[in-house]
Amino acid sequence: MDLSAINPVLLIASLMVAATPILLAAIGELVVEKSGVLNLGVEGMMIIGAVSGFAIAVESGSPWLGFVASAVAGAVFSLLFVLLTQVAKANQVASGLALTLTGLGLSALLGQSYVGIRPPQMGKLDIPLLSDLPVLGPILFGHDPILYLGIALTAGVWALLKFTRAGLVLRAVGENHDAAHALGYKVIRIRIMAIMFGGACAGLGGAYISLIRVPQWTEGMTAGVGWIALALVVFASWKPWRALLGAYLFGGVTVVQLNLQAAGVAIPVEYLAMSPYVITIIVLVILSADKSSAPAALGRNFHASR
Amino acid sequence: MTVPLLSLQGLTKAYPGVVANDTVSFDIGEGEVHALLGENGAGKSTLVKMIYGLVKPDSGQMLLRGAPYAPAEPRAARGDGIAMVFQHFSLFDALNVAENIALGMEDPPAMKDLASRIRDVSESYGLPLDPFRTVGNLSAGERQRVEIIRCLLQDPKLLIMDEPTSVLTPQEVDILFETLQKLRSEGTSILYISHKLEEIRTLCDHATILRLGKNVGECTPADTSARQMAELMVGSTLHTPERICVEFGAVALDISGLSVPAPSAFGTALKNVHMTVRKGEILGIGGVAGNGQDELLNVLSGETTTQPDAVKLNGTPIGHLGPEERRRLGVLAAPEERLGHAAVPDMSLTENAMLTGAVRQGLATRGFLNWGAAREFAETIIKEFDVRTPGPQNTARSLSGGNLQKFVIGREVLQDPDVLVVNQPTWGVDAAAAADIRQSLLDLAAKGAAIICISQDLDELMEISDNFAALNEGRLSAPRAAAGLTVDEIGLMLGGAHGMEVAHD
Repeated sequence: MDLSAINPVLLIASLMVAATPILLAAIGELVVEKSGVLNLGVEGMMIIGAVSGFAIAVESGSPWLGFVASAVAGAVFSLLFVLLTQVAKANQVASGLALTLTGLGLSALLGQSYVGIRPPQMGKLDIPLLSDLPVLGPILFGHDPILYLGIALTAGVWALLKFTRAGLVLRAVGENHDAAHALGYKVIRIRIMAIMFGGACAGLGGAYISLIRVPQWTEGMTAGVGWIALALVVFASWKPWRALLGAYLFGGVTVVQLNLQAAGVAIPVEYLAMSPYVITIIVLVILSADKSSAPAALGRNFHASR
Repeated sequence: MTVPLLSLQGLTKAYPGVVANDTVSFDIGEGEVHALLGENGAGKSTLVKMIYGLVKPDSGQMLLRGAPYAPAEPRAARGDGIAMVFQHFSLFDALNVAENIALGMEDPPAMKDLASRIRDVSESYGLPLDPFRTVGNLSAGERQRVEIIRCLLQDPKLLIMDEPTSVLTPQEVDILFETLQKLRSEGTSILYISHKLEEIRTLCDHATILRLGKNVGECTPADTSARQMAELMVGSTLHTPERICVEFGAVALDISGLSVPAPSAFGTALKNVHMTVRKGEILGIGGVAGNGQDELLNVLSGETTTQPDAVKLNGTPIGHLGPEERRRLGVLAAPEERLGHAAVPDMSLTENAMLTGAVRQGLATRGFLNWGAAREFAETIIKEFDVRTPGPQNTARSLSGGNLQKFVIGREVLQDPDVLVVNQPTWGVDAAAAADIRQSLLDLAAKGAAIICISQDLDELMEISDNFAALNEGRLSAPRAAAGLTVDEIGLMLGGAHGMEVAHD
C-alpha cells in the first residue's frame, strides 16, 4: 500500500473533471423540475449528446463544434419527451424511461463507426502567471473551458431563479400551473423551453464524458451518470449550489476510490466502487432534511381546458 | 344616460353538450357595484372568464366605454383595467406575498419598491399585509387580501370578485365591504358574484340573475327580498328546511382532552378538545378554514387514530379504531374535499358507493364484492337525493360540484349512521340543493342520529344546529345553544377578527 503516490493537487483537479458531467446534467434537470416537469430521460439525452458531440468533433476536427452539436442534439432529442408529455399529455415517468431506452439504443446505432477513434483534444485554459501558481494554478486555472461553463451555468441558474422575473415565472409554473394559467402565463410554452434547456445541458454533460473525461466512444459509456444527476437534483432540494456540492462530492469520492484502488488499499474493490454512490446519497439525505421545497406541480400534466 | 363602463351584448359560449351562456346582455355602470347571481352551473364563471379574457365568446360582443373590447388573454384584460379576484385563490404557496403580487402585474417594479407599495396600498385600504411572508402560512382572509392588493396595485376600473366572502369571518366581511365601499367612492366598478343574498342586498347597487346560462332578470337588491332573488335564481319556490323538535337522547359521542400534533407543516394541531354530542342533536362547529377543521374530521372519522379513551362512542373507547371499524360501529363521515377525499374522481358512482358502503350495506362477503347490490345502492342515492347524472356508471369527476356533494352526503345519510360527521356539507352548492342537504341532515337527527356539522357558512350552522361551538387555532370553544346567538357573539367565539383590528382605525 502506497498512499504517498496520491497527489492531493492532482486529486482535486481531477475530481472537478469527474464531477462536471453530473453537474451539467443536474443543473439542466433542476430547471426542468422547477418548471414542474419530471424528465427521467436524462441518461438518454446524455448519451445522445455524447455520441453526436463525438461524431461532429471527429468529423470537423473541432471539439468546440462537437460541444455545440451535443447541446443541439440533446435539446432536439428532448423534443420527443415534449411531444409525449406536453402535446399528447402522456405520463411523464413512462415517457422519461422511454426517452432513456431510446437514447441508449439510438446512440449505439449512431456510434458504430466511431468505436476506437481518438477525438480531437480541447485545449486547457492557460493564463500566464495564474496557471503557473503552485497548488492553486492546476486546481483553479488549469482546466478546459467547458468545466468553467458548468460552474457559470450553476451561478447563472441560481441568479435566474432568485433575482429575475423569468425565474419567478418558471417557479410559479412549477408551483401551481392552474394559477399561472389563470394569470395568463403560457404554461406549456414555458415548460417546453425548460425541457429543451434540460436536454441541451444533458447533451453537454454527455459530450464532456466522450470528448474530455474518457475521451473515446464506447456503447453505454454514460454508465448511470444521468441517474445520479436525477437523484442529485432531489437530494439537493432543487438548489443549484447544493447540486454543485453534491456533484463535486460524488466526483471526489470517485477519484479518491480510484486512487485507493491503484494504491492497493486492502478494501475489496466492490466496496470502493460503490462508495461514491453511498457517500453522496448519505450526505445529501442529511442536507435535504428541509423537504418542503419540491415544486408542488412536479410530474403533473397541465390541461388548459379546465 | 351616460355610456356604461362595460356593456355585454348577446354573449354566447357553448361547450360540448351544454350552452354555458346563451345571449347574455347587461351593462355595468361607472362606480357601480353590480351583483351576478345564479345557481351552480348557471354560467357565472364562464361569463366572468370571458370578461377576463380566459375564454373567448362564440358570438356576441363587449364594449368598454363604448369601444369594442375583446381581450385575447388575461394580460390584455389587465391592460384595459379589468382585474379579478378568483374564487379558488390563484396563489403560489411556496412564494412570498410580494412575489405572488409581482406575478399578477404587467411591469412589476423592483422587489424593494414593490414591497413598499404593497405596504402603502394595504394600509390605505385597511388590509394590513407583510410583503415578505410566505403565502402558504397565511390564513384564508390574508390570502384573499393578497389577491385584492394584487388587483388594486394596477388601478383597475373594473374589479371582478368571485365568491369573495365564502371563507371569511363576519368581521373580515365587514372590513372587506368597507374596502369595496371605498373603492366605489373612488369610481371603481365592481362585479360581485356571491351566493349570499343578504350580502348582495347590503352591498350591491344592481343585480343580474342568470339561470341555465340565460339572463332571467335584473333587480335592485336593496328593494328586493332575499327570498325573491333566490326564487328568481332557482326558477321555483324555495322551501326552508324545517326542524322537528325532538328530545335529545343519551350521549352518543364523547371527546375529552383530545390533543393531536399538526400532521404537516401547513396543518393545525388540535389542542385539548372537549365535546359531547347526544342522540338527535346537531352540533355546529364554526371557524375560518385552516383552524383545525380537517384535522378534527380526521380524528372523528378514524383517519387519524388517537388514544382509545380520547374518543368514546356510547361510552366505548374507539379512538384507536380506523375508519373501517368505526363505520361498522356506525360512525360515518363526509369530508370537505369532494374530489380525492370524499370520492375517487375517476371511479364510477357505483364504485364510490362501494367504497364507503361495503361494510354497513353488506356489499362485500368474504372479500368478494357484490356489484349488483352496490349499483342498487348507488341508484338509491341518486334517486333519493336528486343527483343529476345519466346513471351510476358515470365517474365522480363528471358530476358538477353540487351534484357530487349531494351524492357524497346522501351516501352517508342512507347508511343509517349513529354518528355522522360532515365538513362543509353545502360548500359550493346552490340554494335549492343546499336546502335539500340541510333537510336531510335534520331528518337524520330526528331519527336519533348524532350529527356534527363543521362549516364555514354561519347562516347554515344557525339554521340547522342545536348547539354551536367555534374552532380557533385548533382549540374548540365551549358549545352554546345556537338559538339566540348574535353575529357579534359568534364573531367573538371565532377568535375576533384574526389580527385585523388595525383596519378599524
